[in-house]
Amino acid sequence: MSTSQQTRSGALAGLVQRHGALGVLVLLLVVGGLAFDTFLTAYNLGNLAVQASFLAVIALGMTMVIVSGGIDLSVGSVYALSGVLAAYSARWGPIAALLVPLAVAAAIGLVQGLLVGRAKLAPFIVTLGGLLFARGLLQFLTAEGSETYLVPRESAFLQLGQGSVLGVGVPVLIVVLLYAVGGIVLQRTRFGMRLFAIGGGEDAANLMGLPVTSTKVGVYVLSATLAGLAGTMNAAQLGSGVTVIGVGLELNAIAAVVIGGTLLAGGMGSVSGTLAGVALLFVIQDLINQVGGFNSNLQAVVSGAVLITVVVLQTLLSRARR
Amino acid sequence: MSSSEDMSEEPTAQVVLEASGIRKSFAGVHALRGVDFRLRAGEVHALVGENGAGKSTLIKVLTGVYQPDDGELHYLGAPVSFARPAAAQEAGISTVYQEVNLVPSMTVAHNLYLGREPRSGFGLVDFRGMRRDAENLLEDLGIDVDPRRQLGSLGLGVQQMVAVARAVSADARVVIMDEPTSSLEPREVETLFELIRRLHERDVAVVYVSHRMEELFQICDAVTVLRDGRLVHSGPMYEMTRLELVSTMLGRPLSEVRREGTTAFGGDHETGSTALLRATGMSRRGVLGAVDLSVKPGEVLGLGGLLGSGRSETVKALVGLQSLDAGVIEVDGRTVRRGSAASAIRAGIVLVPEDRKAEGIIPHLSVRENIVLAALPRLSKAGIVSRARQDKVVATFMERLRIKASSPEQKVNELSGGNQQKVMLARWLAMSPKVLLLDEPTRGIDVGAKAEVQSLVDDLAEQGLGIILVSSDLEELVEGADRIVVLKDGSSVAVLTDSEVSVDGVMSAIAEGGADE
Ligand SMILES: Nc1ncnc2c1ncn2[C@@H]1O[C@H](COP(=O)(O)OP(=O)(O)OP(=O)(O)O)[C@@H](O)[C@H]1O
Ligand SMILES: [Mg+2]
Repeated sequence: MSTSQQTRSGALAGLVQRHGALGVLVLLLVVGGLAFDTFLTAYNLGNLAVQASFLAVIALGMTMVIVSGGIDLSVGSVYALSGVLAAYSARWGPIAALLVPLAVAAAIGLVQGLLVGRAKLAPFIVTLGGLLFARGLLQFLTAEGSETYLVPRESAFLQLGQGSVLGVGVPVLIVVLLYAVGGIVLQRTRFGMRLFAIGGGEDAANLMGLPVTSTKVGVYVLSATLAGLAGTMNAAQLGSGVTVIGVGLELNAIAAVVIGGTLLAGGMGSVSGTLAGVALLFVIQDLINQVGGFNSNLQAVVSGAVLITVVVLQTLLSRARR
Repeated sequence: MSSSEDMSEEPTAQVVLEASGIRKSFAGVHALRGVDFRLRAGEVHALVGENGAGKSTLIKVLTGVYQPDDGELHYLGAPVSFARPAAAQEAGISTVYQEVNLVPSMTVAHNLYLGREPRSGFGLVDFRGMRRDAENLLEDLGIDVDPRRQLGSLGLGVQQMVAVARAVSADARVVIMDEPTSSLEPREVETLFELIRRLHERDVAVVYVSHRMEELFQICDAVTVLRDGRLVHSGPMYEMTRLELVSTMLGRPLSEVRREGTTAFGGDHETGSTALLRATGMSRRGVLGAVDLSVKPGEVLGLGGLLGSGRSETVKALVGLQSLDAGVIEVDGRTVRRGSAASAIRAGIVLVPEDRKAEGIIPHLSVRENIVLAALPRLSKAGIVSRARQDKVVATFMERLRIKASSPEQKVNELSGGNQQKVMLARWLAMSPKVLLLDEPTRGIDVGAKAEVQSLVDDLAEQGLGIILVSSDLEELVEGADRIVVLKDGSSVAVLTDSEVSVDGVMSAIAEGGADE
């Protein structure tokens, strides 16, 4: 019996599933580079990378949550709330501007994590509540958005969003660092193994004696904190707290994660895939801009089509692997 | 293991785990009504009882999955209460629960070491070390599987062995196994018994649950019998005969049990003259070589062969669940479309699959809904389902198969493992097909109900159904089948008829089969 042949085609299917987004990304970069002079330039890509960095940070936490079989819908609101908190706290100095939003975001994550992990409520409902809560708090703090907090002009905090080292934007460096650490956490630590185990079979993980509750609490704290960091970085880049951002951002993050080959049902996924997924979304958007003359809504149409293609492919591939 | 020194040693050996007066109920269902259980170091203790007697519940109470409503636990002489499974494991009790409790999406090595992964510097998981450890462990235990394989891609038997390997490698003082052999082949059972003997030598106490009587007498020193959540007997194994054990379990007089014999199959059946189902040249690269078979109305055709010989794949192919490269399947002379489950069902072929839990149980629906699901078209007129007819079908099967549930409306995932198996069996039987394919129909089912299933199979054959039976219990296969097709490496190599249908006949066909090709 040629079981080796079966495993080989299975392995190939697995490879495509894991690195498909990267493949498409490289393809688009090449095609885009050939088609448009202004596309593959350091300036354009650098810009694109900074724009993408906020979603990338959020999608990192989302990847971990989804791998564990959960979902975090609150990240868009937490992102916006944190931005406003950062801008507000900047008056007390750069450290406060960084720590206040992170602490608030982590607290929101902790409550959500306890509700999901300990009270065993559905993550969808809990984080939907978190979404409304954070957005409501934001409206309250800014008096329905009528009050805008500006980061003081000379604050060192602005460097977090606007600075650059050797020509690379600080947000991009943060993303690189976080993804390196995130990859290690997910693939090489016991915490990461537990996320995969819980996502792949929660009852089994519990019967195996894994600390399911604390792991879940941990992952929601992590996700919310990363969303808080993304909001903080965004405030530093804009120099103010903007209340209207982040609406629907959680869906973009989920899309990036899924395009990156992470199974929405949990138990399988990678942060490198997510990074490719985020990049893909932004490259598609930029290419449509490069073509020009299109309604910007078309971007959403194309992104949506890519998402569906990926999900269909994933399903077919995981069937082929059986 | 019940040699004479053991007998004199037993009563003095240290009691490691003791439960007294354990009660546990679930929303009005009394699963345990004051059970005592005492486990000594170095003994292999059988825990037996009918489906739904409370065995798994007792195990879950012992290991911190459930908290008892009443009663006490003592471990190594001190009172304990385990708040979570993790607590019991840390204390040295490791368990293979009845359902395969591993993560299918992860590799074998991961599953073996989840929660206790070897770590290198910086607290990172040392994958190379983990794989090496896993290879050594599996080799040492005599389990032949590549630790890099994804668990879910392996057969049920291998998965079960991995679960056992995980439990025994934890260096525990107590190892509990809830029906570890339910999906094992004879060869794997031997490997498991070898493991248990080694645990015995290391003075580890083993709790062993199984519905296969011969295993209990082969491996166990002591036995505790539960019936309806109560303790009905506890004592050394050698004091009981097989018949006594069965009659204690079922709570029926010895004479009645003796009359019934080992299996409840009747003799040969009146079979029709032309084939009801005929399959020729079924093949699939890497899975099936060339399988030919046919079943007449009223006939029970057995499929014999070893693990991996392609029996399950063959029956799956017949109902379109396994794709084929070539082959013709006909029912009543009409060709069934290959690889299409819908056309197989339309033609009247129904499969009771091997992995009934994964392939079909709908956990949050009631027993009634799970049973009638597939038969709905037959039970309805103009799209309207007749509740009265549903209830009748459900009541018939619940009684016939002795499904133990508080009512037909109980959620199926609240039933004991064996009773869930029976519900699935009932679902497929309720479809009243023309050809019924049974893959391991009595797996995980207690002796009493096993006999019921076997006589039900007989009745169905009598009614003119064509039946194909797959069973790794050779005795069951031989007594149930009128004719046996023997498979080897994915091809049919022999057809046994009349007097050739015997345990020896199957064994020698497997040994010789394909040798002359
Ligand atoms: N979570 C639950 N909710 C409600 N009832 C339950 C639950 N778990 C078990 N029961 C009931 O408790 C009784 C004992 O079940 P248990 O699983 O212990 O049986 P068992 O002896 O292991 O049977 P089997 O041989 O079929 O595995 C059954 O009647 C079952 O329906
Ligand atoms: Mg049980």
